[in-house]
Amino acid sequence: MERKIRVLVAKPGLDGHDRGAKVIARAFRDAGMEVIYTGLHQTPEMIVEAALQEDVDVIGLSLLSGAHMTLFPRVLELLKQNDAEDILVIGGGIIPEEDEKKLKAMGIAALYGPGAPTLEIVEQVTELVAKRHGDE
Amino acid sequence: MLAQRILSGDKRAAARLMTMVESGVEDATKELAELHVHTGNAHIIGITGPPGTGKSTMVDKLALDYRKKGRTVGIIAVDPSSPFTGGAFLGDRIRMLEASKDPEVFIRSMGSRNKLGGLARGTNDFIRILDAMGKDVILVETVGAGQSEVDIVKTAQTTIIVEIPGLGDDIQAVKAGILEIGDIFVVNKADRDGVERTVRELQAMLEMNPDKSGWQPPIFETIARDSKGIEDVTEGAMEHMEFLKKSGKFAKNLRMRTKAEFLEIIREELGEYIIEKKGKEEISGIIDRIAGRKLDPYTAADELLKELEN
Repeated sequence: MERKIRVLVAKPGLDGHDRGAKVIARAFRDAGMEVIYTGLHQTPEMIVEAALQEDVDVIGLSLLSGAHMTLFPRVLELLKQNDAEDILVIGGGIIPEEDEKKLKAMGIAALYGPGAPTLEIVEQVTELVAKRHGDE
Repeated sequence: MLAQRILSGDKRAAARLMTMVESGVEDATKELAELHVHTGNAHIIGITGPPGTGKSTMVDKLALDYRKKGRTVGIIAVDPSSPFTGGAFLGDRIRMLEASKDPEVFIRSMGSRNKLGGLARGTNDFIRILDAMGKDVILVETVGAGQSEVDIVKTAQTTIIVEIPGLGDDIQAVKAGILEIGDIFVVNKADRDGVERTVRELQAMLEMNPDKSGWQPPIFETIARDSKGIEDVTEGAMEHMEFLKKSGKFAKNLRMRTKAEFLEIIREELGEYIIEKKGKEEISGIIDRIAGRKLDPYTAADELLKELEN
């Protein structure tokens, strides 16, 4: 029996637009993944705690509010503190190119703008997880 | 070893082992074996009922109430997996915001399909892990549509059935035939029209039901969203556990569950052993012959067994 890919989809902070998050969550599910959807108003602490309990392979953060330079790094930091840097972090939302570069340098595995094709995201995530497990 | 870490309360180790169990990793059983002697302490409570009755919210509030009483809590939230893709949208955590903020509450979401040996088997192992981790109460929330309720009886000591008012003329629980398995009945969303009627109908059904040997299932009205009536439910659950222990049903129930699980494990291992011994290709050939009506499954199984016996 193969291991299913588990993805946590969360919306940190005050951002209230969750349609994108739900669309990608469904795409992941349709691709055979188990999606733990935690919804709105999550703090980085809640997100990481959930990620650990659910033993996810990927954390997907959906952010349209502009707080990405605070929230993403905080999640990465908490993962490090919990010795959980093997969990991939990806993000979706409105992120300027310069910030994108900074975030990727920090360790965010992939970032997607609004309207990014879900199939592509699903494929890339599958690849990233396979690579991660291949390195274990 | 994961088992040692789990016994000292390590959440990550517990989560890791759960994943290994779900993926059928062989080493998982070694770890589970080590945990077994340390289990048997938790109160295992199943929460089931038709979809849309507020089970997840109820689980959240129950967890909080248990926390107020100083108990630690484990939650297993089961949602349906797609029969086609195998994927699942596990969204119960959304309703468990408060409980998920408490470090003494461990919440794990589980897809209902593709579990080795069925839902009960997978849930049993998760329960084992949470129990060994030291959780006093383990709440298992299931999908509530058909087979899973029956599965829950196999795993829980106390089963709570959650209904809501006004689901039509007949109570859904009766339709699904799950009335017998409830130890506690809850009519949630009790601020809606039709509460009294639903309660009366439940009472009438319960009176017609076979004797539960001394336990009269209580019916509680709750508004889980506002935390109303929740204390009654937790008290009811604790009373039920006391009843189980005093009446000797606890030991009986434990033996029944142990037997069911053990037999299932043997069946599965034997099945795997037979397939391995005979070889996948050979088995596949037999299946083709059965499908082609050259052989029937019963004779095929008999012959296979005789062959392996020699």
